[in-house]
Amino acid sequence: MTLLATESLTKTYGGRVTALADLTVSVEPGIIGLVGANGAGKSTLIKILLGLLAPTSGRVSVLGLDPTTDPAAVRARVGYMPEHDALPPDLSAAELVTHLGRISGLPRTVARERASEALRHVGLHEERHRAVGGYSTGMKQRVKLAQALVHDPDLLLLDEPTNGLDPAGRDAMLALIHRIGTEFGISVVVCSHLLGEVERICDTLVAIDGGRLLRADRISAMTSATDVLAVEVSEGTDDLAARLAALDLPVSREGRLLLVPLADDATYDLIIGAVAELDLPLHRLDQRRHRVAELFATREPSNV
Amino acid sequence: MSEPTGVIHDIGYQRYTGPRLGRRHVFGALYLHGLRSAFGLGRSAKAKIFPWLVMGIVLVVAAGLTAVRTQTGQVVMTYAQFADAMSWLVIFFVAVVGPELVSRDLHSGVLPLYFSRPLPRGDYALAKLGSLVTALWLLLGAPQLVMFLGAAFTTDNGMRGVWDELLDLLPGLLYAALWAVVFASVGLLIASLTGKRAFAAGGIVAVFLMTAPIVGILSIMPSRTVNELAMLGSPTALIHAVGQYTLGDLLVPGGDPETQIGGFGPVYVAVAVLLVAGCVALLLLRYRKVAAR
Repeated sequence: MTLLATESLTKTYGGRVTALADLTVSVEPGIIGLVGANGAGKSTLIKILLGLLAPTSGRVSVLGLDPTTDPAAVRARVGYMPEHDALPPDLSAAELVTHLGRISGLPRTVARERASEALRHVGLHEERHRAVGGYSTGMKQRVKLAQALVHDPDLLLLDEPTNGLDPAGRDAMLALIHRIGTEFGISVVVCSHLLGEVERICDTLVAIDGGRLLRADRISAMTSATDVLAVEVSEGTDDLAARLAALDLPVSREGRLLLVPLADDATYDLIIGAVAELDLPLHRLDQRRHRVAELFATREPSNV
Repeated sequence: MSEPTGVIHDIGYQRYTGPRLGRRHVFGALYLHGLRSAFGLGRSAKAKIFPWLVMGIVLVVAAGLTAVRTQTGQVVMTYAQFADAMSWLVIFFVAVVGPELVSRDLHSGVLPLYFSRPLPRGDYALAKLGSLVTALWLLLGAPQLVMFLGAAFTTDNGMRGVWDELLDLLPGLLYAALWAVVFASVGLLIASLTGKRAFAAGGIVAVFLMTAPIVGILSIMPSRTVNELAMLGSPTALIHAVGQYTLGDLLVPGGDPETQIGGFGPVYVAVAVLLVAGCVALLLLRYRKVAAR
């Protein structure tokens, strides 16, 4: 089943500003990263998917439904987490999420139950009865995520969910999104201008720039054969390089680092073995994915 | 619903397969939520102070009027007149509660959360309008009910007296509904234009109070026609004129309505209808734009 599909989707504001230009893309269920710089058209695309904006031309379908003709049916099955502050400060998280659950059509008692459940799943427990105004940014982001989950949607649209979070908060939010996408069985579209962050949790990546599609593909197809192990030792870097080369590993140097393409798990053992034999102080050994950004960097000039 | 301390069982995520209610229920939920928050229910204690203060004042006034009537047998104020006498309180009530219902949502940015749900944009505005109309009608109707109960229990003419009293009450409640509809639609339209509650409240008070001098000026112009149409100048006067035309001596006991509005009664009714319709149409338009943002 196709989760989202657009066909020559174009949106211009007032006939002059082009937000989306001839965008044709089709993605399967899963966790989808929608990346692009600020102003690339991500938010416009989301609003069209929700049926809040009418496209200037082209076609769009969400979960097999057309948001331009049947927005209510689409919105009943989609949860949306907006980018900006969207919480009234004097309500408690439990009251707000319950109320919004009812607006999504849940009966009163169900709304209350599912609101506590959703808040529990995003990691808010007793504090859910306090007024939202006193919450930290991280907690507010979680409440926004909970309200998108309360009515058990089939698709979540998250607009910059890690905005304003500290590194630990970012990791927690990304882990939560990953869990929703994998364990809850809900497809997720994550909008972000930070490619490095979404590529960690997504299985499909859609990149847009200036309203045009840069690339859409499974992330495995983009990054396969590009995983690299980075080795750093405090001393004896040259010795280790020679040793690894002798083991038939195509090693290369990058400053103080040695980079070794990751063939399979045996590569780890070979490196560890070599370091141990030479009795070198190992500083770090980690898997480094080629940033997907590098894949786009070569394509961008031809498209823009 | 606090969980027992100790082991927390993660029962995992549960999909929901139960019923999803339709548009009417969603509208009802939003309407009730608005009506409750109009009186500060489900909100902080601070939000309850003003609505209940105003409600308290009108009820005390009604109780006082009832007491005077039972003691002296004199009708100080008819049911319809009660609404006119409370016009200041109604204006302030709209100025506080109207922004509470719509400006707060604009300010906190919660609207995208509403409009990304299966709630048609117009339904949001109409549900809020319904909440405010009902709140205003309760504000003016509840004290009339107190007056009615007082009169009905002390009447000397038995059931016939109660029946007569009821026939006086019903036009009073209808007149209160007219107040509620006109004030709610004008007030909510003004409040929906800004997310700043103070500005919205100021705007509402300004429109309702600053237009009063217009009526005064028009009514002393040297033209009889202009004088008779003077009450078109402000919403408060407009309602009063419609009341004069339709209720007659229930609103102006012993007075001759012809002197103030001449033969222009139907004009006043038409203008009142147009005013409400125009405000509602603009309100719907306003939310079409807000939703797309």
